[in-house]
Amino acid sequence: MSDLLPIQDSGLGWLDASGEHSDIVLSTRVRLARNLQGHAFGPKARLNDRTAVLDQVRGVRDRVDLLRSAEIQELVQMEARSRRILLERRLVSRDLMGENGSGPARGTAVVLSPDHPLSVMINEEDHLRLQTLFSGLRLREAWSLLDALDEELGRELAYAYHHEFGFLTSCPTNVGTGLRASVLMHLPALVLTKEIGKVLQGLSQVGLTFRGLYGEGSEVVGNFFQLSNQTTLGKSEEDLVDHLDRIVRQVIQYETHARQVLLRDAASVTEDKIWRAYGLLRYARALSFEELMNLLSGIRLGASLKLLPGLRVYSLNKIMIFTQAAHLEEAAGRSLSVAESDAHRATFVRRILSTEGVVPPDEENADGNASGDPTD
Amino acid sequence: MVCENCGSGNAVIHLTQIVDQEMRTLHLCEECAAEKGLETSSVPQNFPLTDFLAQMGGKGEAEGASGGTGEERETAVGPCSFCGLEFSEFKETGRLGCPHCWSSFELHLRGLLRRVHGGSQHLGKVYLSPDPSVSEREQRLEALRRKLRRAVELEDFEKAADLRDEIRTLEPAAGR
Ligand SMILES: [Zn+2]
Ligand SMILES: [Zn+2]
Repeated sequence: MSDLLPIQDSGLGWLDASGEHSDIVLSTRVRLARNLQGHAFGPKARLNDRTAVLDQVRGVRDRVDLLRSAEIQELVQMEARSRRILLERRLVSRDLMGENGSGPARGTAVVLSPDHPLSVMINEEDHLRLQTLFSGLRLREAWSLLDALDEELGRELAYAYHHEFGFLTSCPTNVGTGLRASVLMHLPALVLTKEIGKVLQGLSQVGLTFRGLYGEGSEVVGNFFQLSNQTTLGKSEEDLVDHLDRIVRQVIQYETHARQVLLRDAASVTEDKIWRAYGLLRYARALSFEELMNLLSGIRLGASLKLLPGLRVYSLNKIMIFTQAAHLEEAAGRSLSVAESDAHRATFVRRILSTEGVVPPDEENADGNASGDPTD
Repeated sequence: MVCENCGSGNAVIHLTQIVDQEMRTLHLCEECAAEKGLETSSVPQNFPLTDFLAQMGGKGEAEGASGGTGEERETAVGPCSFCGLEFSEFKETGRLGCPHCWSSFELHLRGLLRRVHGGSQHLGKVYLSPDPSVSEREQRLEALRRKLRRAVELEDFEKAADLRDEIRTLEPAAGR
């Protein structure tokens, strides 16, 4: 099957580290849940409901400007590895994949736009999950693009809508706007200074929630936290997005402050840990994904603090995505055992670190003021 | 992996921390993580709903809530006439089966929404079905005007122009 072609580069635009605060905020994502009138969804959706929904989307795609050149791919027709790659790029959810043994249900599909950072999951818990993924902190831009897609689709498809409850969804926690905006943040200094608990507790008091890196059910790994709105009803989409934006900017300030504290009160320890992480990544021959993520957190902090000059956030983002299991298998052109995977991962990391943004040895950046000198 | 804090739970959260000047990864079970202010990823999303669903009991949410118990049992609703979902199924899974479910279980859902979202009235985008009523049109206009004000505030003049066009086509008295 030639199904890899369209996903080869799909959904990777956000890696470029172009948005605001992209050293702390990796990506901004907004999604909208929508359902079509006259068809069961969620637990009651049957094959004929799912195919009817899919056919309707196929039927209108060419009339929707933002989706004109988009691919619509049914998951059952994709190779398993291609589906896993989409999952690792966060373009489809575990639910859509049918991860619990059975594999994806017939009629589940994904729409990928080659021209815009837009994708649509079809027949997940809701008929449609429209989503967009941007680099850095760009909530307004992301919402504006997704809003435009929603307006276009809504003119062509009959959405299920209620004058009081708004856009109807399978789960009541999504009803109303159907909007979930989330921002993936790297908060190592708040974790190191043990301030993170307070910050995260504060989030729930302002109507926000957080998760680990890969969404629902995922672990908090590598000091990456995904912040998003908890409620979807009773506020306008703009208010929800603006509120999250405000809080995220506050958290950025806390993180920045915590980094200053680290540099002031624990400079030598911090520096040592960052360089150790770099050393391990630069020379290790086998790395588990979890170990990698934790070390990556260290050198990401180092790059952001300019302790590892030359190391670009783009390279670090790339390492995060391409060292996941399915991506490594794709590059190797075959399945890999866990041990092989760990070895391939380490090789990939060494190659990136030795070719992109080489960190100069001490002699070169230590002329004049001694950077590695213990001060007391 | 066993939780490093209590030594008995299953470690599901792995956290890099500085402990006594030592950067290391902590492997924690859900309970210990929660104690440290780190709820598990899936908890914040699901906890309110399951909690609220449990509170709904068999007694229906219809008005008055916790007040009377006797006659509320009578408001027990039949299955959704479109998709056949039983209310008890919804209480188990937290998922509705079709748009019509929202009408079938309207009273119960309104109460639930008040608890989960703090209200039941949608204030976001107003969707205009292909054959809109006058009030739908007005709701939509109101929402567009809100958006226009915001676009002007943010000096997004291109968007503002688009919104003005759309408002013009919706306004009843406007000759085109
Ligand atoms: Zn424990
Ligand atoms: Zn129903």
